[in-house]
Amino acid sequence: MSSPPVGYLAAPDQPWNVQHYLDGKVGYVLGLLWQHLWLSVLPVVIGLIIALPIGYAAKRFKWTYTPLVTISGLLYTIPSLALFVVIPSVIGTQILDPINVVIPLTIYTIALMVRVIADGLRSVDETVLQAASAMGYSRFQRLLKVELPIAIPVIGAGLRVAVVANVGMVAVAAVIGVPQLGTLFSYGKDLFYYAPIVVGLVLSVALAFALDLLIVLAVRALTPWRKAVAAR
Amino acid sequence: MIKFESVTKRYPDGTVAVNGLDLVAPSGQITVLVGPSGCGKTTSLRMINRMIEPTSGRIWLDETDTGTVSTSKLRRGIGYVIQHAGLFPHRTIVDNVATVPLMLGVDKKTARAQAMDLLVRVGLDPAFAKRYPAQLSGGQQQRVGVARALAADPPVMLMDEPFSAVDPVVRAQLHEEFLRLQQDLGKTIVLVTHDIDEAVKLGDQIAVLRVGGTLAQLATPADLLARPADDFVAGFVGRDRGYRSLGFADAGDLPTRKEVTVRLGSDFAAAAALAEDGWVLAIGDAGEPLGWLDASHPGTGPIGPQHLHRGGTVATEGGSLRAALDAALSAPSGRGVLVREDNTLLGTVTASEVVARIEERAAAERIEAAR
Amino acid sequence: MINDLWSYISVADHWWGPNGIMARLDEHLRYSAIAVGISLVLAIPLGLVVGHTGRGTAVVTFIANAFRALPAVGLLIFLVVLISPQFTGRSEARYLIPTTIVLVLLSIPSILANTVEGVRNVDPEARDAARGMGMTGSQVLFKVELPCALPLIFSGVRSAVLQVIATATIAAYISLGGLGRLIIDGLSSREYPKVITGAVAVAVLAIVLDVLIALIQRYTVSRGVSGRFSRKGATATTAPRKDDAIEADAEVLAV
Repeated sequence: MSSPPVGYLAAPDQPWNVQHYLDGKVGYVLGLLWQHLWLSVLPVVIGLIIALPIGYAAKRFKWTYTPLVTISGLLYTIPSLALFVVIPSVIGTQILDPINVVIPLTIYTIALMVRVIADGLRSVDETVLQAASAMGYSRFQRLLKVELPIAIPVIGAGLRVAVVANVGMVAVAAVIGVPQLGTLFSYGKDLFYYAPIVVGLVLSVALAFALDLLIVLAVRALTPWRKAVAAR
Repeated sequence: MIKFESVTKRYPDGTVAVNGLDLVAPSGQITVLVGPSGCGKTTSLRMINRMIEPTSGRIWLDETDTGTVSTSKLRRGIGYVIQHAGLFPHRTIVDNVATVPLMLGVDKKTARAQAMDLLVRVGLDPAFAKRYPAQLSGGQQQRVGVARALAADPPVMLMDEPFSAVDPVVRAQLHEEFLRLQQDLGKTIVLVTHDIDEAVKLGDQIAVLRVGGTLAQLATPADLLARPADDFVAGFVGRDRGYRSLGFADAGDLPTRKEVTVRLGSDFAAAAALAEDGWVLAIGDAGEPLGWLDASHPGTGPIGPQHLHRGGTVATEGGSLRAALDAALSAPSGRGVLVREDNTLLGTVTASEVVARIEERAAAERIEAAR
Repeated sequence: MINDLWSYISVADHWWGPNGIMARLDEHLRYSAIAVGISLVLAIPLGLVVGHTGRGTAVVTFIANAFRALPAVGLLIFLVVLISPQFTGRSEARYLIPTTIVLVLLSIPSILANTVEGVRNVDPEARDAARGMGMTGSQVLFKVELPCALPLIFSGVRSAVLQVIATATIAAYISLGGLGRLIIDGLSSREYPKVITGAVAVAVLAIVLDVLIALIQRYTVSRGVSGRFSRKGATATTAPRKDDAIEADAEVLAV
């Protein structure tokens, strides 16, 4: 995607000078940021799509709740480092393929969201469900028009955690060489060069906050009734 | 005795919850604070144990200015019951009840034994003692709440809407038990409710507060129904005041008539022949009235419970005029059933006889008032 | 692949040798325990105070979110580059200190946020009743709020432990030990059985610790709060079914 890092081969004279480091490399760094962005967001989108039916099943068929939530919880115990390393050999992708990052992070998102979605749907007041059914909603309409909208705040809270965690975890993928902001960390580590590390940290935190804020705003826009209650 | 001396509570944002309240809650009696929401009744109650500090004025507990003692000492000497009981979910029922005695240094064994006695006293099966609050119904939790407040035997009890979170049937039972308990214990009680019927039923005296936290009227329940001080109180006390005030008027000796009775199991046709105006009263083995038998309804064989009309209420001898009138009005025969204290049949009385008695009373009162 | 794995783990030296699984497990546990210990000591008291007083809730939420947003690897490398030159003599401390800082920062948010949330979530009526019967502030905190908040505090600690165990693998990235060593070394020498052994060991460790803490939780949290009632008529949920309760009430009244 971008040109290889242009930088010092030996320890720099001014290891803290961010401006100096960025000189001529803004485009490269922005490229890493863009890469980091979609590596963090894509797994959340895919993970959410996969977790929705599983979470619904966990709510709909009571006996599946404990096994589904337990199994998805177990996925979380697998260290990301190991997944990044093992996935290519399991599915036969090239070591530098971004899919090697997307798949583990999707797994983590599913692990987190199954429980969140099940709990969110379970938190919908039973009387509201009965009222919806009594008005003639089919099960699917009820899910789409009543249960999911009411569960949005809970699901949104889960997504915030997932996105923020992913932004942090993508950086670990620098170990396997997939370029993103984590590349700046490895680079700085090898040369004892602070500036790229600081740039990476700042951009990573900013990205996490921005995505977090985006979800907060989206939840707010999708649930206008909560604002009405809060304003009273 | 609890005495409010021009007590005011003003919040930093300027709202005045209670405004210059003067009130005395006499010892050994139930004083009910009642009023619409925003009238400061709960604020007034919570200022007594200083859960809320008054902005100005003083509250006296007998000879003590409550502002001069430490809050924990003050509160440990005052029983406190709130709407949903506020039981500690992590403690068993018996340990909930024993909380204050344990804080006061009573040893665990004694405190638990006392707590068990109290549970029985408030009408709970001792088998509940080892359970947790979440295993109890709302009504049961409320009883535990009362037991917990009584545990240190405080002379004063504050009760904030203690019965409003339970359904009407359980509430009525709790009312009866509460009054019975108070007859034994004679605590000084201040109780807050928004329900005027509850106030009338429980209160020795009722303080009606209006929005803005001022006292609209302080009176006994009978007085409040008979002579509301102004439109606000009249409106708050509500409709049917005349009828409801009969609840406080002693029926005295009503002119009862003897009633022909039949027993369950006797022959239907023979019983129907005894009927007057098409109805005859059936009684049980101990002489207790069971219900009216509709003689116009064709039937044969022995009389069974399924033949009886059960709509009529029963009034007790020496009860209120309201109960007697209601018995007459609700009886399908038009003859209200009166029983003795032991629930045996005394006789029947018609509505016009009860109304005649009501009018006699009223006339006598007018003459009394004119003097 | 399975065969490779089997032949790897059937070598005794891979288990008990100086660089074997057991030695790595020991290191892994040590790094994790130090970090979680520090987090507990910092986050729980702070969380209790903030939850009890209600002051600083916004600050705590912000700190928790900010810490969550920090990328663990980036921070670790930054701290190593910053700190390790100060400790040229002692080889372990120069890496252990940065690792510990990262793991502490990582585990504080969930413990802190859950402790605050747990205390804030205590039934306000129970808190009101506690004050009303004359409990002092600290009595309310320790006799009512803390016991009721325990389930949430435990769940915060459990997710913190899970996260620390999983993240402690990156310590190997900066030439410390721990189970991550197996993954990093396996990667560079292309020994995938070693990588998988390391990954599985981390997962198993996380699960075992979670079960252990769950057991502690079971014996520390009051059954009245957790909802595990031994009596009949009580279901797994905290509130008994309404109709049951009313029936029971009627029984008692009849007695």
